[in-house]
Amino acid sequence: MSIKIAVIQFPGANCDLDAVHVLNSVINVEVNLIWHNHFKASHYDGVILPGGFTFGDYLRAGIIAAHSPALDEARKMLKDGKPIIGICNGFQILAEAEFLPGALLKNESLKFVCKWIKIKVENNKTAFTTKMNKGDILNIPVAHGEGRFFTDNLKELTENEQIVFRYSNENGDITSESNPNGSMENIAGVCNLEQNCLGLMPHPERASEAILSPYGTTHGKLFFESMVDFIKRRIS
Amino acid sequence: MASEYIVEIVLENKPAARDPVGETIKRDLLAKKGYDMVSNVRSGQYLRFYLEAESEQKAQAIVEDLLNKLRIFNPVTQNFKILSLTKN
Repeated sequence: MSIKIAVIQFPGANCDLDAVHVLNSVINVEVNLIWHNHFKASHYDGVILPGGFTFGDYLRAGIIAAHSPALDEARKMLKDGKPIIGICNGFQILAEAEFLPGALLKNESLKFVCKWIKIKVENNKTAFTTKMNKGDILNIPVAHGEGRFFTDNLKELTENEQIVFRYSNENGDITSESNPNGSMENIAGVCNLEQNCLGLMPHPERASEAILSPYGTTHGKLFFESMVDFIKRRIS
Repeated sequence: MASEYIVEIVLENKPAARDPVGETIKRDLLAKKGYDMVSNVRSGQYLRFYLEAESEQKAQAIVEDLLNKLRIFNPVTQNFKILSLTKN
């Protein structure tokens, strides 16, 4: 049983190679870096939309990429229940393409924020969080200018357990000091109703090896291990 | 016969979505320079479309259609307003 994961490369993507490296060398699964116009859903068991500034983030972050044929293909995977993760700009793309609820606005500070923060696991039943426990605090970096999560439907997202991560302090308290961008209710990541699609602003692919973490942690790896586990259960 | 029209639009955050650009202009510039009679500032994004259409109504309909279908404005966070529609 071989698993194949795609990392989609848009013009202006970044951390795409980091994601490929983690899947190849840390998680040890087959991964293809694939140009967005060439991506075919049927060839893959899961897909990663990496970070970056696709198409210069013109008009709004992620909106131009959201119209790429890659998203039509990814929509088939969404319907088939395959796992899809959008990291940073990938999250913005998935929100603009309406795979995920809400929108990402300019940071409240109006500044690009690039630092290690902490997020608290609110839902460990999604395709990317089964290797975590609810309430776990993860060390992970953020690097974005437009990450302020906004929804006009907070009640429904909460009731449906679509809020997967919140920015927190090291004790798990949801405070304004631990919120790097002014996101509503400190929301750092959300999933779709079926929980096979996740979007988050922090970068798990930059937090998967101890050598890269100021804390010596490998919390980012849990996302990809959960993903592979989900795929194995799905196709077995 | 088709003519060229110019349609100007502005995209603006919905009232519930905070606008830090407008807030900063008000708080850190206007209020500090004595313009405290200004009670609120909201920023937006301006776009101007040049297009061929058979009438003013059709030009407006085309622009509204592309704004909605291509998600030029984000319906979760933004509203759009047509500022002007003129024959070129």
